[in-house]
Amino acid sequence: MPDLVPDLAPTPGQTIGPFFHYALPYAGDCQLVDPGAPGSIRLHGHVYDGHGVGLPDALLEIRQADPAGRVPTVEGSLHRDGRFTGWGRCSTDRLGHYWFRTVEPGPTRDGGAPFFAVTVFARGLLNRLFTRIYLPVDDATLAADPLLSGLDDDSRTRLVATREDDGSLRLDLHLQGPQETPFLTYPRHRG
Amino acid sequence: MTTAEKLEGGLDTQQVISKEIAAIQAASPAAEPQPRLDFAPYRSSLLRHPTKDLRQADPEGAELVAPVFGQSDVDPLEADLTIQSGGEPIGERIVVTGRLVDGDGRPVRRQLVEIWHANAAGRYIHLRDQHPAPIDPNFTGTGRCLTDDEGVYSFTTIKPGPYPWHNHRNAWRPAHIHFSLFGTDFTQRMITQMYFPADPLFALDPIYQSITDPRVRERLVATYDHDLSQHDRLLGYRWDIVLTGAHATWTEPEGDDRA
Repeated sequence: MPDLVPDLAPTPGQTIGPFFHYALPYAGDCQLVDPGAPGSIRLHGHVYDGHGVGLPDALLEIRQADPAGRVPTVEGSLHRDGRFTGWGRCSTDRLGHYWFRTVEPGPTRDGGAPFFAVTVFARGLLNRLFTRIYLPVDDATLAADPLLSGLDDDSRTRLVATREDDGSLRLDLHLQGPQETPFLTYPRHRG
Repeated sequence: MTTAEKLEGGLDTQQVISKEIAAIQAASPAAEPQPRLDFAPYRSSLLRHPTKDLRQADPEGAELVAPVFGQSDVDPLEADLTIQSGGEPIGERIVVTGRLVDGDGRPVRRQLVEIWHANAAGRYIHLRDQHPAPIDPNFTGTGRCLTDDEGVYSFTTIKPGPYPWHNHRNAWRPAHIHFSLFGTDFTQRMITQMYFPADPLFALDPIYQSITDPRVRERLVATYDHDLSQHDRLLGYRWDIVLTGAHATWTEPEGDDRA
């Protein structure tokens, strides 16, 4: 057995750079469910810079529970073969648009507000960013959420998707600027 | 800034960039564990970094469970970047291997590692890469593997070359391999770059230098390991990776008064 890594300080991140497109995207990466699957929805939006220009070279990943609130731990995200793995990846298009075909996550605890966990990577972004995209459920559930309840109204609305006429969920992410998305850090990021 | 410092095409000189790097680093506290997101010497970051502090969140639900990958996802041959086409790629054949552990030293077992890098001449197979260095028809520069039960990953490839970019005048990236990494919970997700020892471009590179503490950025540099080199075949590099801590077994420290 190899020796333990002696220094347990975390390895720092670096930007994804501009040249990831032939390495990370793959067929079906953003389609967590097949077209026409029961409950299938589109989750989409744009990723914008501080001037409101869409990022053509960002990569988003989502992690989510299934509609019953269970987080899948089955393999197969790279070759889905009909399996729902609860994870997907989308590189933005030339206008900075992203989209996933998936199902809506259920709450993972009683009374919890369901959300997609999100990571953002981009050229020009020196380290990954974490955020959440909440479903537009009732106000009381959102107000009771530990994260959302600590945010002012403006910041809270930037984490909650809007429902479009065709049933799609939409949320734009702003890396900077007056509509900047609240990005997250977790306790173990600090040691 | 004087006009003499700005050259044709509106690009700053290395001297200007190096001065900015030195000023930021001199004002930075020691041991910042991650790169600065707001790091102007990397010009592409100017409009792409958040200006507000990150919000503290206690992870729950899907954040506590990393995606799972397995043998149905990855062919073992994808770990050898020298056999993906009909012939041998041009360059110095190397093996890069190391151990992926979490912040508590536990191996991250059977998890996906993805890499990509330039060819030996410093050229990516990417439409946006217009650097007029030759494309190698026998090299795509992408690989995947799963870590083993001890958290060990291993790739066989060729050593990438440095390449120019347009951050500033005469800007060159040190040779590097991009690594995409997962842990056991989603909060450990990261992408980074591995570098090669003693690269003369380190001091000049705003991406590497965005990690302001030298001891922290040196964690991105592999070591040459002669025990990994193979007679008549290849040279060996070792690079161990430590993720942030997993939360699934984490309990809030006593006396923690966060609301």
